[in-house]
Amino acid sequence: MNKYLESVRVMLGGDPRKPGPVDYTEEAKTIHFYKKSEKHDFDALKLEARAHQKKKYWLKRRWIALLSINLLFTVSFWFDIQILEGALTASRMLGFHLIDLNSALQVMLAHKHIIVNLLIGTGTVFVLWLALGGRTFCSWVCPYHFLAENAERLHVYLVEKKKISDHAFHRGVRTVFWVLFAGMAWVTGYTVFETISPTGIVSRALIYGPGLALGWVTLLLLFEIFYSRRAWCRYVCPIGLTYGIVGVFSPLHVTYKLANCHHEGECRKVCEVPHVLECVIKGRAPSAQLDIGADCTRCGMCIDVCPSGALSFEIKGLRKIM
Amino acid sequence: MSDEKPRASNPLINKRKLEARRKFLRSVVLGAAVLGISSVGYIPVARAWNVRMRPPGALEEPDFLSSCIKCGQCVQVCPVAAIKLDDLDQGFGVGVPYIDSRTQACDFSCDAVQCILACPTGALVYKKPTFMPTRSEMVLPAPPILLAKEKSPEPTLNLKERSGLAVLVRPEKCLARQGKGIKGAARGQSFEGTMRFMEVDRWKPIPLRDHPYDLELCDLCVRTCPIKNAISMEIVKENGVEIHSPVVHEACVGCGVCEMVCPPDLAAIVVEARKGWSV
Repeated sequence: MNKYLESVRVMLGGDPRKPGPVDYTEEAKTIHFYKKSEKHDFDALKLEARAHQKKKYWLKRRWIALLSINLLFTVSFWFDIQILEGALTASRMLGFHLIDLNSALQVMLAHKHIIVNLLIGTGTVFVLWLALGGRTFCSWVCPYHFLAENAERLHVYLVEKKKISDHAFHRGVRTVFWVLFAGMAWVTGYTVFETISPTGIVSRALIYGPGLALGWVTLLLLFEIFYSRRAWCRYVCPIGLTYGIVGVFSPLHVTYKLANCHHEGECRKVCEVPHVLECVIKGRAPSAQLDIGADCTRCGMCIDVCPSGALSFEIKGLRKIM
Repeated sequence: MSDEKPRASNPLINKRKLEARRKFLRSVVLGAAVLGISSVGYIPVARAWNVRMRPPGALEEPDFLSSCIKCGQCVQVCPVAAIKLDDLDQGFGVGVPYIDSRTQACDFSCDAVQCILACPTGALVYKKPTFMPTRSEMVLPAPPILLAKEKSPEPTLNLKERSGLAVLVRPEKCLARQGKGIKGAARGQSFEGTMRFMEVDRWKPIPLRDHPYDLELCDLCVRTCPIKNAISMEIVKENGVEIHSPVVHEACVGCGVCEMVCPPDLAAIVVEARKGWSV
């Protein structure tokens, strides 16, 4: 089982596979063997760990980053300081073109003509997110993520109180959407997806002022609060999938250390894309340490809640050098 | 025991299958709903609810809509804030720039059509690629001369095509045709539009209301036009009577300044977006 292929397959909508007997490394087998005989008092362990935990460490950093990036667009325009001009679909940072990959793709497919600035801008952004891990864009930059993340909290709370129930969709539908939106751009000659993209709408609203389009974003949020948890990001948004593909070979990822894990499953409760964390289920991890798949948005929420430090950010190769 | 097992597990399998089927159907509905909603955006485009005036150098409308990435960089560079972004009621046009000349016209205060320079996708261009459709009536007869730059070595505005054409749509409203003059601010004290006046400040546009007039005969459209030879005041014969009337010439690029300054409540002269020159 090639881990990159598997990670792409899961991202496109496949169910995570249980590793076969041959997939386990000797080290993992040993750890799993000893874990079978382990009996933990999970509550005591959790309390012990929580006492030493930095509360919402990554959450705070991520929100500061997300808000500063989006507000930098706003102040650049309002105070004409020209650091980051434009909106998230396309911008110029100190003169360098930055163009959102999915928006660029839609424009190229619809317009069927590519100009140099568009290529330069997508190149810059491609390299940037290849280094930073693809879907890192989602949780660290996308302004809709910020709204949806808080709507998700409300949704989870309401489900807990048994006021509503969650309705899941097949994750493969996002891949279908990606193909359909690309196809519609090509066939109709209009960037159809941009009309309903909450990322573009919220970004423009922050910079150029609010409008009717925010009504659509509100409807999306209500749908996510009352019907389906994190529906747009999980099942629809082609931007996420585009960046996910960019991030397949990214050096920055969340890494999982089997030996540290107590399998309480706290991480999977907070995860936006819990299918990437299947490996933390008891007996699932095929090796002692592994990278979380490409669909991971590197939000660090799992790292924040993990009471045993089994999850952490890692830059591939850096550990070996240092 | 062996009899009981299948009975115990069957409902479980069915339940799981049922949930999987529900999930699938839900996903199909979600797909249809999202596609349906996004396709609604075609209605305003197809019915052309508003024929919008696009910034200078815009490609023909279908090409413009497909190539615009909706980033608003053109909005950010415009010194008179003439460019605005459209909203969701314009369907696929959401986030696409337009100019409402009556509220704030493009007066070329930037000297160099910077919106074109700012556009990252070529939706606004100095020169269309050869394979793009070009209507001959949109092509300007000569490089337009920007009066503000007339004395500089390069007096032209780098524009090959017009974005519209000024038309005297309500001649009965025209003050000049009525033989009337204009005293005070062109559009009243509450009007917020700005414009550059060479005689006031070469580089900074000022509010139109801060530049009052006292004229025997109104010729604001001619007086404020930023392009050389685009419009002139002429004596025409109507019903045997000689009257003054503004006449638009082929050099008009469709910037909209005449529409913005025109004093009556409803402008006598209006820039018709995407209209070409016909004799």
